[in-house]
Parts: sequence; C-alpha cells; structure tokens
Amino acid sequence: MKDTFAVAIGGAAGQGVATPGNIFAKIFARRGLHLLAYNAYQSIIRGGHTFLTIRAGVENVTSFGDRIDLLIPLNQDTMDRHLRLLGPGAAAIYNGDTVKPGEAAPGVRLCPLPVGELSKDGRNKVEQNVLAVGAALSLMGVGFASLEHILAQQFKKKGEAVVAENLGVARAAYQYASQHFEPFASPLPMTERRYAVLTGNMALAMGGVAAGVKFYCAYPMSPSTGVLHWMAAHARKAGIMVRQVEDEIGVINMTIGAAHAGVRAMCATSGGGFALMSEGLGMSAMIETPLVVIDVQRAGPSTGVPTKTEQGDLWQVLGAAFGDYPRMIAAPTDILDCFKLIPEMHNLADRFQCPAIVLSDLLLSEGHTSVDPADLDFSVPIDRGELITTANGASGGYKRYLITESGVSPRAIPGVPGHTHTVATDEHDEDGVLISDEYTNPIKRRAMMEKRQRKVTGIEAAVPPPVLKGPREADVTLIGWGSTQGVIQEAIEILSEAGITANHLQIRWLVPLHGEAIVDLLRSSHRTIIVENNFSGQFARYLRSETSFVADGHIRKYDGEPFMPHHIVEAVKEQLAGRSKVSIPMHGIAV
Amino acid sequence: MATTASGPRQFKITDYKGKVDPDWCPGCGDFGVLASLKAALAELNIPVHEVVTISGIGCSSNLPGYIDTYGMHTLHGRALAVATGVKMANHELQVIITGGDGDGFGIGGNHFIHTIRRNVDLTYIAMDNQIYGLTTGQVSPTSRIGMKTKSTPFGSVEGPVNPILLALSAGATYVARGFSGDPKHLTELIKKGIEHTGFSFIDVFSPCVTYNHDNTYPWFRDRVKKLESDSAYDATDWYAAMRQARLWGDEIPIGMFYENTSVPALHQLEPILDEGGPLAHRDPRVPADVAREFVEELM
Repeated sequence: MKDTFAVAIGGAAGQGVATPGNIFAKIFARRGLHLLAYNAYQSIIRGGHTFLTIRAGVENVTSFGDRIDLLIPLNQDTMDRHLRLLGPGAAAIYNGDTVKPGEAAPGVRLCPLPVGELSKDGRNKVEQNVLAVGAALSLMGVGFASLEHILAQQFKKKGEAVVAENLGVARAAYQYASQHFEPFASPLPMTERRYAVLTGNMALAMGGVAAGVKFYCAYPMSPSTGVLHWMAAHARKAGIMVRQVEDEIGVINMTIGAAHAGVRAMCATSGGGFALMSEGLGMSAMIETPLVVIDVQRAGPSTGVPTKTEQGDLWQVLGAAFGDYPRMIAAPTDILDCFKLIPEMHNLADRFQCPAIVLSDLLLSEGHTSVDPADLDFSVPIDRGELITTANGASGGYKRYLITESGVSPRAIPGVPGHTHTVATDEHDEDGVLISDEYTNPIKRRAMMEKRQRKVTGIEAAVPPPVLKGPREADVTLIGWGSTQGVIQEAIEILSEAGITANHLQIRWLVPLHGEAIVDLLRSSHRTIIVENNFSGQFARYLRSETSFVADGHIRKYDGEPFMPHHIVEAVKEQLAGRSKVSIPMHGIAV
Repeated sequence: MATTASGPRQFKITDYKGKVDPDWCPGCGDFGVLASLKAALAELNIPVHEVVTISGIGCSSNLPGYIDTYGMHTLHGRALAVATGVKMANHELQVIITGGDGDGFGIGGNHFIHTIRRNVDLTYIAMDNQIYGLTTGQVSPTSRIGMKTKSTPFGSVEGPVNPILLALSAGATYVARGFSGDPKHLTELIKKGIEHTGFSFIDVFSPCVTYNHDNTYPWFRDRVKKLESDSAYDATDWYAAMRQARLWGDEIPIGMFYENTSVPALHQLEPILDEGGPLAHRDPRVPADVAREFVEELM
C-alpha cells in the first residue's frame, strides 16, 4: 500500500466539500484506482468544519492513512488547522484571493489560485471548489478530459448553462496550474480495472436487497440514516416496502410483524435507537421470529457525538433484552463486508428463528470505498430455513414450538390453512399456549428454555472460527474487531518495514465467539495487544469473560475519530519497549 | 374464501374457539368482546387461517390465546406496530388487534396516533375498563378524575384521555364505541369495522368486575345511549362525531360515531403493492437486470 495518493478537502459545512470529494472519487475509480474516503464532520448543516480525506492507490486501500499529499482548504480555518500536516512533496491549492497560507514545512508547494480572475465571467459563486479540482488534476498529471464527463454528470440537474460554466472555470484553473505550479513528482497511476464506489450504509442496504429483504423501516438516526436513504431511493425498483416509523420501538415491532408474516425484514439504527429496541429483540427470540437489526455505532453515551465513530456498543448489544436467548452478533470488517454479511445474517436468522445483530460503525457506514463490481454479488444463497408456506395436506396437529433436537421448530406463516397458532411473548408450551399466568409449569418451562437454547449449538456450527493472519511466529499479535481491520493491516505493514513482525486476529463474529479456538490461536503469541475504538476495552473485557484470556496490552481511542496507522504503530513500539500497557493515541488532526 | 369439495364452507362461531378457555375473572367484560368478535368473524365467514389476532399485554391482551385464528401475543403497547408490519407484509390477511386501555392509550399511545394517521387497514378493539387489571388495580389513562385505585389511594388528579376524541382528531376513518353488556350491538360494530377498508377503532366499555367498582355494568347500562337511535345522526359528519364524542355524563353515546370511506388505506397507497400480490408471497430475489443497474450506479 506504499504508493498511495491522498487528497484532503476542508471547509465549513455547506461550503461544498462533498462535490469535489465526489469528483475525486470518480476520477480515482475510473482510473482503475482503489480508494477509501473518510469525512470528519459535525452535527451542523451550515458552518463548523468538515474535513474529507480521500486516499487512492493501485492496491487495495484499507485506511485513510497518515499522509496528505494534496490539501484543498476552502476557507482560512482549514488552512490554519491543517497546513502543518503537509510534509515535503505535498501541495496546497487554495483561493489566493481569500485564504492566506501560514508557514508551511520545507518542500511544501503553496498553490494560490486567483479565483476572482479565473472565474470573472461566471454568474455563480460556487466555483472555487471546482477550480481547485481543475488545478489539482493538472498537478496530478491527469488529463482534463476525464473531468468533462464527470462535471456534466455532477451538474446535469442544474442545466446546461451551469455545466458549461463549471467546465469553463475548471479548464481555466487547469491551464493556470499547468503554467504556474510544478506537478507532483509522479503522475497519478492508472490501471485497466474499473471499480464501484459505495459507502458502508449503501453496502448494508444493498446487502439487504441481495438477501431478499422486502420490508425495511427506520427512524432517522445518524450515522445509520444512509441505509434508509438508499432503501427509500431504490425501494420501488427493488420491490421493497420502506417505512419511516414514529420511533425505534415502532421500528423493531413493525419489522418483527413483517418478518412474522413471512417476508425478510430488516431495520437499522444507532446506539440510542437500539436501546429503545431492546424489548423487541427479546420478543423476536421468544416468539422465534427471525429479525436482522443493524446498529451503526457512534460515540456515546447518550446523544454523545452523533457524527463521530466509536466501537462503544458491544456491551449494549451483548446485554440487550433480558433473559437468556439465542442470537447472532457480527461486526463487518470492511465496507464490502457490510454487503456480504447481511445475507449471511438473514440466512442464519431464518434458519435459527432468532435475532441477528450487525454492529457497524460510523467509520464503515459513512466511509466510501472502491470495490470490484463482481464482488457485489446479488445471487448469493437464500436459505429461509424451516418455513411452512403452503398447507401441504396438513390436517391439524401443527405445533409451532414443537420440541426438536435442533431446537428449531418448523415455522408456518399466517395465511396457511391448517396451521393456525398463536405466538406469545409469555412463556408457552409446544402449542403456543401460555404457561405463564394460570398454570405455570417448571417442567414445560425448562423444556422450552432448553429447546430455544439448543439452537446455540447449531449457530456455533454454522459460523466459522476466526483465522490468524500473518506469520505464525511474530513479535506481536494485534487483535481487533469489526471496522479496525484495515488500519491494523496497514499498521502491520509499516511495523514490518521497521523490523517488527506482527500477526493479526480480526474478530468478525462476536456471538458465537468461538472462544476456545481464539485461545488456541493466541497460545503461541509472544505478546498480544487488543486494538479497539472505545474507552474501557469492551472487547478485551468480553474476551476475558468468555475465555479468561487476558491480553498483554491495549490500544484504545475514544476521541470520536478513527485510528490512523501511525497511532497503532507508535503504540506497538511503545508497548514493545515496555513503556506502557495501555496506549491512548492522540488524534493529531484538529477536526 | 375457503372452499371445500362440496362448495364454500360456512364457518360457525365454534370454529373460532381457541385451544384454552379464558382465564378472565368470572363476569369480566372481556368475555362479551370475545364472543362478539367470534360472532362477527363467523357472520362474515372469514376463514380462521386468514385472520391474525394481535394483542399487547394485559388481561384483555390474552384474547389471541382464546380464539382459533393466527395470533400474536406481543409486547405491552406494541400490538399496533406489529400489526402494521403484518399487514404490510401480507395485506390479504384480516388483521385484528385487541387490547386494553393501558396498553393502547398509555404505553402504546404513540403507536395509536401514528397507526391512525397512516390509515392502516386494521381493526382495533380496545377493551376499555378504566383500570389496570393484570397488575391488580392501578389508575389507567381512561380513569376518571377522583378515582381511587391502588396507585391513587386519595383519588386521581389527572384528567383522562377520551379515546374517541383522540381517534377522531388523529384522523381515524372508522370510530365506534361498544358495550360488552350489549354483545349483539357490539358484533355489528365489529363487523362494520372489519368490512371498513382503513383503520377502524372500536372502543369497548368492558367492565372490570374485580378492580373497578365505579364503572360497573349497571353504571354503563344506565347511561349508554345508541347513536343509531337518533335517525338524524349522520356518521359521515366529522363535526357531529366530535360533538357526540365529548358527551359524558348521564348519557354516554355508543355506536358508530364516524366513518369515512373516501380515504385510501396505507396498502392501497403503496405503489409496490399495486400488483404482484402480498410481499410475503413474492420471490425474494431482485431481478438480475435491476441488480446490475444498482451496481452500475456506483461506477
């Protein structure tokens, strides 16, 4: 991943950071480059400070990296905050009329554009970001033609005049930059491959389509709202009913109702909404109706920092709903995995008739990445489990909660003749008759608990244990879960250049955990360090509670921003030198 | 409609008899509601497997266990949300919700308002006894001011909700009130509610003989007056309904307050339900060309 190029665009919300971001992403993807983007933003519609980093390379890009090659500060605030991040070889392109550079490190090229002069024929005031893109292409050694089609697409809704005007100023800036600024040492590479670019939320939604979801509902909550937006925009084509509901309690109950009636149903929220859903999860488990819930984690507790990332909901989902019940919990390890995990979860939820929880986070859900379009496979297997959808000559005797060896009882959906039954959140017998009120029955209660809990054995067999990646013998074993996979992977590459060998255990399945397999894998590790984006080491505590395994060290971060590779690299070095057992890296970018 | 070799089958009240008998207190108003519901289903001849009876939690919410249809005994206050999901996934099912005043107007109040404004094609029968029964006698959202209960030993100081007014103001398209002491009248109201396309709300005075000694059978019997007895009453006039809904005292109106058949139900407004039948019966796979289009958008 050595040869990457990162452009960072900063400005106030509403100033147009997204537009150049989208344009760069398209240029990179169409040149056959991999990319990954992370937007540091705030919960404000206008104002504040937004800082978008897009990193591209020939090889797969797994984190937004440590280095910025090109900075585009759209206002003085961004220039003041971030110019110091640039090192030798990097450049800053900015509006020379309004933004004054501070002191840059040696070897940093300052590229002021005379925006007023270059856009004097324009009638709109929004072009400074398009000018910057034009100039950037020149520095990056990219032909101007590649921008023409993208700008036409970007502004087509605003009419031909706007397209022409934007093209005009972009071209002027491109030419100006060619004449006045020195290009980057090597031009942006190009490959024959073509990539699709999507966010984690889009991937989660599209995963739902691949899984055959027919009902999706939600209450808007950052950073999960992107799933709702994609679903709403594509619902009619995909044949999915999408509903915005009065609250998350309504959401989960509506989802369960739809699933009970026989469709695949799904909902997404963030930590606060998930808290409201807790009782519903228990219902799904008790009435044995499959359910897939996505929790896109953000920095908590309470309202917390709505636009910032964290892996802080692990214990919430582990403890959600009272009583013991079978369920699955998994954390996708990258944006493509958001797509792949959803059909897997639906298959498991259908097979084992219990809730399945997907733990994404802001980093994945709102991050953009490139994927090989062939990896977005919509023809993955759909396994509805033991589902009764036709009468099949049945004549009575159907027991919804039939006690079976697997714990799974064939599930008839409403409307099928000869299979009427009542499902109940009260404890019930095989026939669905309550054993909670009039005649409680310890023997039947025990039998039903054991029937439901027997599903756990099946779930464990259906889910693979994690795999240790990298050399068997290594100085250090880095353990992460979910979204930290990419940044840990890059940190390991950097450590290796410094002569430190590391292997990598990334946990995707939290329940079932396969604790014994994990302990076996870690037995030969010289030093284990758990990396996670929260304060208390939620995964470390969970692993210890399940296996008694205690890691040698911890790297944690809870400032709202994701890990950057150097955070992990420096912390590993510090811990190998015996200076610390718990490292809390400082986030150096002021966002 | 279900058919047999000998022709369409006529369902009898006994066909809807549940697996177990109710465990309600002897004399409970809910018996009358259960009987009326079964009678309404039989008279409309709706096959048992085409009905889903959904409830929350409470004495009256035990009803789905006492009737042979598909049933869901869900969470306290959540029946309407669950029912909306069921109806959207399979709009050919006849979905009936039963529950009490605490379940529907207390913990479930939010869903009540929003299910009404969506005009989901559901029939909601609230067994309103002005008390929390299953938790052994606490004040409810419909308890009158001054009512002494275990949680208001010196009398409630909070004003009650008027479910009929609330439903009308939220935009309900069928609003009725019945009395479990008059099961024939109630059966008619339930039948009309089931036949109504859209959200139908039937608030039923269903006395709690154990914990509510204020609002008893005789108390109601002396006061209820059928709207139908006034031939001039126009149930399509929303303002007239609002005026009647406010009456409470020596005379309390029961009957059909309001019906509006011109508002489409939610499933009728959903373009994806225009053709192709219920979602629950459709192929889960998205066509390959649609999937390709979704990926192309990202390129």
